[in-house]
Amino acid sequence: MSTQNRFNWQKAIQLGGIAGLIGVLIALVGMVESFDHRDIVAGAISMGWTMLLLTVLVAAYFSASHQPSKSFSLVASGITGFIFSLVMSLLAFLIENLDLRQILVNASPNLLKILTLENGIPNGLISLIVISTIFGILGGALYILPAKIRKAISLGLGMVAFLGLMEDIIQVTIASTGSGNSAIGWMFGRGTQSGLSIIGAIVVFGVVIGGNLLWGTNAPKINAQVSKMPPNRQRSLRILGYGLILLVVLYLPVVLGLYLTEVVNVTGLFILMGLGLNIVVGFAGLLDLGYVAFYAIGAYTVGVLTSLSGQLSTAFEWNFWWALPVSIFICVMAGVVLGIPVLNMRGDYLAIVTLGFGEIIRILALSDFLKPHIGGSQGIVNIPPPDFLGVLLNKPQTLYYLIVAGCILALFVSQRLRDSRLGRSWKAMREDEDVAQAMGINLVATKLLAFATGAAFSGLSGTILAVKLGTIYPHSFALLISINVLSLIIVGGMGSIPGVFIGGLLLAGMPELLREFAEYRLLIYGALLVVMMQVRPEGFWPEETHKREFHEDAPDVTPVQEAA
Amino acid sequence: MASVLSALNVTKQFGGLTAVNSLNIEIVENSISSVIGPNGAGKTTFFNCITGFYKPEFGEIIFKGNRIDGLRPDQVTQMGISRTYQNIRLFANLTALENIMVGYDPHLKTGWLDAVLRTRRYHEDEKAAHDEAIKLLRFVGLAGSGDQIARNLPYGAQRRLEIARALASKPALLLLDEPTAGMNPNETGEMMHFIRDLRDSLGITILLIEHDMRLVMGISEQITVLDFGEKIAEGGPKEIQSNPRVIEAYLGRGAATEGMATSENKSG
Repeated sequence: MSTQNRFNWQKAIQLGGIAGLIGVLIALVGMVESFDHRDIVAGAISMGWTMLLLTVLVAAYFSASHQPSKSFSLVASGITGFIFSLVMSLLAFLIENLDLRQILVNASPNLLKILTLENGIPNGLISLIVISTIFGILGGALYILPAKIRKAISLGLGMVAFLGLMEDIIQVTIASTGSGNSAIGWMFGRGTQSGLSIIGAIVVFGVVIGGNLLWGTNAPKINAQVSKMPPNRQRSLRILGYGLILLVVLYLPVVLGLYLTEVVNVTGLFILMGLGLNIVVGFAGLLDLGYVAFYAIGAYTVGVLTSLSGQLSTAFEWNFWWALPVSIFICVMAGVVLGIPVLNMRGDYLAIVTLGFGEIIRILALSDFLKPHIGGSQGIVNIPPPDFLGVLLNKPQTLYYLIVAGCILALFVSQRLRDSRLGRSWKAMREDEDVAQAMGINLVATKLLAFATGAAFSGLSGTILAVKLGTIYPHSFALLISINVLSLIIVGGMGSIPGVFIGGLLLAGMPELLREFAEYRLLIYGALLVVMMQVRPEGFWPEETHKREFHEDAPDVTPVQEAA
Repeated sequence: MASVLSALNVTKQFGGLTAVNSLNIEIVENSISSVIGPNGAGKTTFFNCITGFYKPEFGEIIFKGNRIDGLRPDQVTQMGISRTYQNIRLFANLTALENIMVGYDPHLKTGWLDAVLRTRRYHEDEKAAHDEAIKLLRFVGLAGSGDQIARNLPYGAQRRLEIARALASKPALLLLDEPTAGMNPNETGEMMHFIRDLRDSLGITILLIEHDMRLVMGISEQITVLDFGEKIAEGGPKEIQSNPRVIEAYLGRGAATEGMATSENKSG
C-alpha cells in the first residue's frame, strides 16, 4: 500500500526527460527558429516558444496524473517542467560552446538567442528554467482543476493560439471586406505575423472561457426545452438551423476572398474524398490504401472527355456536365472491378493489394503505352472550366460552390446510408465478417457497394480537381494522397462523419494556411497520429452510438427495472 | 414426425485429418436434439458444415427437402437455419438493438437507392426491424438494455442477446453451440428452461452442442454422440447414459467395464 501513497519521482523525472528530448528535437529540426518570426501574442510569445511550452504543459499534465494526491501533482508537474528546462539548458550550453552546425544545421546562434530569450547564457538560462517550471506547474494545475473548467481553459488557450496564428489572414480578410481595421484592430499586434495583442489575447481567452462555462450550465436546460416542444416545432427549428448554416456556407467565399477560398476548396476536395473513404474504411472496415486510384480515374476521365488541347488521340471535347456523370459512373465501375479480386481478403492483405492498385493506376497514367490516349508524363492540359448557367466556374470563389455541392451530396448520401440496413450490414461486417455472413448478409454485395460508393465520392473529387486545375499530371496522384485521406479519417474518428470535417480542416486546411509548416508537414502528421493513438484512439469526434430503443418514435415500451 | 434436417454420409476433412466421418443424423421437427462428445470429436465442425461455413467433401445435408451443403452461410441463413457461437461472437461495438436488427437482415429489402431516398420501403423495413428487435429484447429478458453496447452487457445477457440475434432471422432450426459454457449451475438451469420455452413458444427445432450433461440429459429428446468424427451412439437420454461405447469414449476403457455409475458427474 505504501507505494501507492508515495511520491512518484520516477514518472515526474521520466516525463520531464521525455519532454526535454522532444523539445531538443523540435529545436534541432529547425521548427523553433523558423516559427519564431510569427508571434502568437505580440511581443509576448512566439510560435516557436509556444511549441516548447505546449510540450512542457502536456508532459506536466501527464506527470501530475501519476501522483496520488493533488499537492504531489503540483510538485511533480513543477519537477517535470524543471527537468525539461535542464535538458533545454544543456542544449543551449552545447550550442554556445561547441560548433554543432557541422552536423546539426539548425543548432545556430539564433536558436541560442531564442532559447535564452536574448539574455546570454547564465541570465537567459535562469529565465528559461523559471518559465518552464511555471508552465509545468500550470500543467499540473490544469490536471487538478475540475474537468469542466479544464475544458474551458484548454479551449480558451486553443482559441488564442488559433487566432494568433490566423492573425494575418483575419486582418487581410477584414480589410478586403472594406469595413476597416478600426473595429477590431486593437485585438491584433502591429506589423505582419504579430498575432494577437496582449489585450486581445486576454479578451479572447476570457470570452471563450466565459462562453464555454455559460453554455455548459445552460445547454442542458435549452436541450430540455427543445425536446419538450411539439415535434413539428422541433422540426422547423432544425430546418431553421440548417438554413442558417447553409446561408453562412453560401456567403462564405464573399467574406473569405481569393486566397482563403482556395484553401477551403483544397480542404473541401479532401473532405469529399474523406467522406468516401470513411464509408470504405470507417463503416465497412475495409482498409483501402489505394484510394487515390479513383481520384485519378475521375480526374483523367474528365480530362480525356473535355480537354481542348487536341494532343490526345481522340478529341471528345465534351461539356463538363456530360462528362461528370460518365466520370462518376466509370469510377463506380472501377470500384467494383477493383473490389472483386479482393473480396476474400482481409486486414493487412487487403491493405497491401489495394496499395498495389493505387500504384498501378498511377504507373499506367505515366506509361508510354497509354501516352497517346491520356498524355503520359505530360498529363492532360487545357481542361476547360465548367460553365454553370452562363457563369464560368474558373475562380476559386465560383468553384467553391461546385465543391460545396459535392460535399453536401456526399454528406447526405453517407448519412442516409449509415442509418439504413446497408449501414448496419457494413458495421456488422467491420465487427466480424464471418458472423455477419452467418446472419444472412451477402458479403459480396455489401463489400462491393462500399467500394463503389467510396469510389464515386473520390471520383467526384477528382473530377472537380481536374477542372479546378485545368491540367492533370500522374504525380498529382501519389500514394501520399491515400495516406493523407486515411490520416484525416483516423484523426477525426473512424466512421464518424463530422470527424471527416474536423480531420480535413486539421490535416488539409491548416497546412495550407500555415505555409511555414509545409516543410514539417509529415513530421507533424506523424507526431499527431502517434499522440492520437496514445491519448485519444477514437479520434477527435468519435462516431456516436445511436440511442434507438427509447427513441421518440419507438413503439410503446416502458423501461423495465432490471432485476439484478 | 417429419425430419427437418438430415445429414447423409457427411464427411469433412482437413488435409489428412478427418474431422467428421460419414455422419448420418436425422433431426425431427420441433424437437430438442443434442450432439455431444469429447473435445475434438467434430461437433463444431459439423455445425460449420450445416451453416455453410465449411463445405463437406462427401455427403449431403438436406434441410426441409433442399440440399444446403455447398451453399454460402448467408444463403443457408436465408433458408431458415440460424446459430450461436461457443465463444460469444456478438458485434461487440454495436448496441444490443442493432445486433438484433442485423439478425433481421434476411427479411429486409431496402436497397442502396431506397436508403438514400428514404422511400416507403425504407421506412417500413426500419420499423419492422426495430419492432422485431424490441419484441425479441423483451422475449429474452433484456428489455431496457437495447441501447447498451453489446460488449458492456454482463456475460449471461450477452448469451441471451446472441440467441435473440439468431432468432431475429426467424429460423426453423436453431443451432446452439454450447449455450451454457462458462455459466454456473444456477444460470445453466435458467438456460435450460429458456431453451425449452423457446421451442414451446416459437415452435422451432433446436439442435445443441453441449458439455453439461445435466442440461443435455434434462432437455434433449434425442442425443447423438460423436467421437473422432464418427457417430458412436444415438438415442434418448436413458439409452445414451447406459451405452458402454459412450462411457468408454468419455472415461476410457477401464471405466466402461466398471459400469455407468460414475458417468453422470464426469461431464466436462
